[in-house]
Amino acid sequence: MLVAIALAVLFSLGCALIRAYLGPTLFDRLLAVNVVGSLTVLLIALLGFIVGRPEFIDIAIVYALLNYIGVVAVLRFFESGRFGASRRSGEEEPP
Amino acid sequence: MIDLVLLAFMALVAIAAVRIRNLFAVIMLTGIYSLLAASLFVMLDAVDVALTEAAVGAGIMIILMLATLALTTSEEKVRMTRQNLLALVVVVITGGALIYGTLDMPKVGDPQAPAHTHLAPHFTQHSVEEIGIPNMVTSVLASYRGLDTLGEAVVVLTAAVAVILIIGSGRARQRKRRREKPSRGETRL
Repeated sequence: MLVAIALAVLFSLGCALIRAYLGPTLFDRLLAVNVVGSLTVLLIALLGFIVGRPEFIDIAIVYALLNYIGVVAVLRFFESGRFGASRRSGEEEPP
Repeated sequence: MIDLVLLAFMALVAIAAVRIRNLFAVIMLTGIYSLLAASLFVMLDAVDVALTEAAVGAGIMIILMLATLALTTSEEKVRMTRQNLLALVVVVITGGALIYGTLDMPKVGDPQAPAHTHLAPHFTQHSVEEIGIPNMVTSVLASYRGLDTLGEAVVVLTAAVAVILIIGSGRARQRKRRREKPSRGETRL
């Protein structure tokens, strides 16, 4: 049962990979990465139950947090085009 | 079964990352690649390695690569060069020699492997008396191979300093440019 679910998750992982490869716009690819991250979280939680070590759920939660940070970073890149200077330009002290 | 599927996905993603010319898409694909690698590590029961892979590969690396893209362009220039046959031969020979070398290694999980016959029993039985740390992994990491760990830390520090210098120099140049612009306007006035 659990293995069947894991295989289904792997199948949808494959679909997300196809989207990441074909994806005409960058947002398709960003979404594909996000989907792959979420499916990885699911897969790790499932693996924990298949192998009989439910404490793997902790790792899955850490992955979910990392996924979130990565997507926020990418979206911030889209918003400003750069990471460093755009936010701090106001704090600049006079020369 | 699941790990075979994961390995196949990783191979496909790697080929796709080599073929695509848009560097932003390549960064996304490398993120997917390291997520897949992390789940493969979880399959192989190497949970700590998987956590490191996910944090570094899918988290920090994407951010650093995007910061690099912000300083450069996101399109790769395609240069058609002649296929170098000699390089292919050298790569094939080297790979074959490496694979031949692995044939001499003991099988995975073999209880008669040298690592399990004298090193592991010594660490499991004597590390608490010798080092005084109850956690064996920590005593191996921080004491038996402490110099090695120190070297790793130096490498990471060097990499961090280099990254800060590269990203920070772009920021400083911008600030300088911004500072110069109004002064030029004043001299015109």
